[in-house]
Amino acid sequence: MSSQPHHHSDCNRPLADASVIACLDCDLLQRIPEVPDGASVRCPRCDKELWRHKPDSLNRTFAMTLAALVLYIIANSVPMLGLHAAGREAFTTVVGGAHQLWLDGQQIVSVLVLFAAVISPALQILFLLLIVLGCQLKCPPAWVGMFLRHLHFTRTWSMIEVMLLGVLVALTKIADYATVILGTALFALFALVVLLAAIQSCFDPREVWQRVAWAEPDAQPPVAGTEFSKAKP
Amino acid sequence: MEQGLQSCHGCGLLSRPASGAPEGRCPRCDEDLVFRKPDSLQRTLAYLVAAAACYVPANLLPVLTTTTAGGSESDTIMQGVVLLWSPTGWPLSLIVLFASIMIPSAKILTLGYLLITVKRGSIKNNAQRVRLYRMVEIIGRWSMVDVFVDTFTVSLIQLQPLMSVEPGPGLLFFAAVVVLTMLAVESFDPRLIWDSADAKEVQREVQHA
Repeated sequence: MSSQPHHHSDCNRPLADASVIACLDCDLLQRIPEVPDGASVRCPRCDKELWRHKPDSLNRTFAMTLAALVLYIIANSVPMLGLHAAGREAFTTVVGGAHQLWLDGQQIVSVLVLFAAVISPALQILFLLLIVLGCQLKCPPAWVGMFLRHLHFTRTWSMIEVMLLGVLVALTKIADYATVILGTALFALFALVVLLAAIQSCFDPREVWQRVAWAEPDAQPPVAGTEFSKAKP
Repeated sequence: MEQGLQSCHGCGLLSRPASGAPEGRCPRCDEDLVFRKPDSLQRTLAYLVAAAACYVPANLLPVLTTTTAGGSESDTIMQGVVLLWSPTGWPLSLIVLFASIMIPSAKILTLGYLLITVKRGSIKNNAQRVRLYRMVEIIGRWSMVDVFVDTFTVSLIQLQPLMSVEPGPGLLFFAAVVVLTMLAVESFDPRLIWDSADAKEVQREVQHA
């Protein structure tokens, strides 16, 4: 991201036809055709999925993101795992796991665990929520685009599904020594993983990009069907 | 690239740079634009070498130390896999074997192969190579599994003085392997795979003309 003030000179000019794109995996120039709901457009050269037309994308994403937010809060506020051995009980949460690593001198790994299992998912849900909320406006402001641009990063590092597999393995190991108690947070996390996957399959970034206000308003072509006329002086 | 157009990694918009500017900015999402990821091969190679260097201590040093009344015992990742192997636990044992030992090494080898073929300007098997890249991109995150296993084993088994588990020095190296290979994947630009084929095509057209 550039921290300099925006000069019009360093800004690229868009092509006249916005449906012409270059494949991000092989740079082949091509035009994205309009396809029916549920159909996908793939690059003829490298087979990358360029776009999938997802019906009712924003409303569904909004509903599921709200549910994901609730589940996320539950998952991080109640115990996830408990252990019963020798007359004693111990409980832990996700944050508690990272905290114990920190206490045992593994600060770097502790931060990594916290980042992958707590912070990134939170950012992912927050960004999605802001994006779909911004899109409720008639003309979504440019900050919607900023969050959408960074959504990929949060998805790459958000690893709840990997963590759940890890928990499963840890449980199997521990079951030899002690009685394991499954906490409410564990079920919330399971549901959250399913929801995040569902959001992934119904969220259509292209729809947002077509509606969002551009970072450089002067370069934005007039949007069809709206009265948005900030385009050119 | 031959057309002098830049596509945006943030939003996918294709745009034309202002005249004379080597680097541009996306008018739609404000992302800095480049034709190819900067120093893609060097960066990928650097992350890869670092990951390979960490791979050795990650597998040789213990990741967990279990202390009981009878003394303490340290386990490496491989010993963890063996411990998990039982009539009921073998599927999980296999998962850990795949995620912790096979995926990181396969990732390092695959990226190394991609780097070498791109550097040598190979024009063969482009579609397969880009598919290989995507596979590494998708599967890579799962090698974090062992980090989480150790985290929750450590945080649950704190029954001093009966039994406690502490993380070992291998854990840091193992986490480093996972993060470094993920960064290597992120800094590799798959479009480079196609560039030498495109360049040869342009050459051929020039010769024909």
